[in-house]
Amino acid sequence: MTTLLEVDNLSKQFRGLRAVSNVSFSVPEGAIVALIGPNGAGKTTTFNLIAGVMPPNEGEVRLAGRRLTGLRPDQVCAAGVGRTFQLVKPFGDLSVEDNVLVGALHRRPRIADARRHAVQVLELLELGPKRHQIARGLTLPERKRLEVARALATEPRILLLDEVMAGLRPTETDRLVEVLRDLNRDTGMTILLIEHVMRAVMALSSRVVVLDHGVRISEGAPAEVVADPKVIEVYLGSALESGEEGSGP
Amino acid sequence: MTTLFDQLTARGRVALGLFALALLAVPFFADGYLISVITLVLWFAYVGQAWNVMMGFAGQLSLGHSLYVGLGAYASAALFVHFGVGPWAGVWLGMLAATLAGAIIGTLGFRFAIRGVHFALLTIAFAEFTRIAFDHIGWLGGSGGFFLPVGDAAGANPFDLRGSPALFYYVILALTFGALALCRRLLHSRIGYFWLAIREDQEAAQAVGIDVFRAKLIAVMISAAMTSLGGVFYAFFYNNLFPEQIFSVGRSIELILAPVIGGIGTLFGPIFGAFILTPLAELVTWGVESAGLDMPGIKQIFYGLALVAIVVYRPEGVWPWVARHLRLVHQPGDQPSHRAGDRP
Repeated sequence: MTTLLEVDNLSKQFRGLRAVSNVSFSVPEGAIVALIGPNGAGKTTTFNLIAGVMPPNEGEVRLAGRRLTGLRPDQVCAAGVGRTFQLVKPFGDLSVEDNVLVGALHRRPRIADARRHAVQVLELLELGPKRHQIARGLTLPERKRLEVARALATEPRILLLDEVMAGLRPTETDRLVEVLRDLNRDTGMTILLIEHVMRAVMALSSRVVVLDHGVRISEGAPAEVVADPKVIEVYLGSALESGEEGSGP
Repeated sequence: MTTLFDQLTARGRVALGLFALALLAVPFFADGYLISVITLVLWFAYVGQAWNVMMGFAGQLSLGHSLYVGLGAYASAALFVHFGVGPWAGVWLGMLAATLAGAIIGTLGFRFAIRGVHFALLTIAFAEFTRIAFDHIGWLGGSGGFFLPVGDAAGANPFDLRGSPALFYYVILALTFGALALCRRLLHSRIGYFWLAIREDQEAAQAVGIDVFRAKLIAVMISAAMTSLGGVFYAFFYNNLFPEQIFSVGRSIELILAPVIGGIGTLFGPIFGAFILTPLAELVTWGVESAGLDMPGIKQIFYGLALVAIVVYRPEGVWPWVARHLRLVHQPGDQPSHRAGDRP
């Protein structure tokens, strides 16, 4: 498999705090890779560095060989990166359909065409029946899926999902896992996800990258990573095995 | 344009049709005073609609829209007085000047990430220093005022916008309907959706590929150009321009009252708000005067009270509330074609 996303020696400092130090990993085309680690490990910062929200102090990010570092978030999106936000950011006063329509308009300038595409994406995320509701009124699990739908509607080459399972009940988690797995299998969508819910990580990802205090401490297949003593030490053991509650260790 | 009023119910369409007919008929039954009041109402509705593009759609607060009114007014008046060029040609210079001013303010504000209240302060600052500059431009009358030759009030010369109150009435009515149609169109366009997204969450809008700087700049420029047309009308209607009046902060505030009271971000809010506010203010002034009281500034006090009442009781504006209760618009989830995003 060819490499789609390359994170190369990325570092970011906030007033002396090294949030991310010299992190490197890559995401092969068509793969699902999980980025895990305790709170404050630098996962979301890494996402923001990839998405162009802020520039890194060192290193760079490449998508299919093209340098993303230095681009604005909208340009990163145009290059083919779709992202969700950990704290969901729906366009609250717009309908569910219009939220996704805005994403679809990115590559489909005609409203009718974009709306058709938006409806398809909503069906995929099982939000079809909700599409005329105002986004503000959705439940948290629905808003999480809306977040994914909106990012997906921009027709990215890679989807960055920031804790889309957090706060979901196990049955809801399983459903979303199913949706993402189908998406990956049917369309070959590459996915990089930050996740605390190990149930989802184990079910979805082909590779796992573990961060702690901004440093990559382990990388490998899910089964290898959870057996890694360094990872177990960081997570204080048992939490990795269950992950049922969806809360982080 | 079949979608122009698609979220209105049958009842809403009938109400709107009757309202439009009544407006068209006004000069046939109303006296001069009533025509002038409704002309003023429509002027505020029109300029409010223009301001709403920036605030209501794109979420960018401008408290300096008097700048664009003034630029439109002075540009067209100067062409008319000094070069004999009529307003229909002068309009273009007015729009160009206002659009340019809007582009400068927008570029400064958005490039340096000045947001919210600070951006609003920037808009005030530009209007204020333009006012001071115009005080000192002798060619345009300076602080002493700039005057247009008063035309024949009985006749009608639409080409030079000189004529009877009815002529002015129909011009501003056409502008108001035109602005409504344009805003409706904008709201259903790609850029319209981008504006709504930016208004709701700028970071999320950027993440779905919207060039936020560009979209906001377009909003300011369209709003400024539309507003400047109101300025051209103002110049030829009143025939006198004073920098203290036309560029004043008070004027900027007055401009935004109709959409704020009617409903920010709604299409009918600015019109509805203007029809509530201006007649009420006239009524209050008339009441106070006929009671033999001398209270200059009573109108401003009334505006202040109206604003407070709106902020406390109907922060989303009067129009959405009225439309809901009179069932003039479809309720969310009523009908598959309803789009919650646009507020009628």
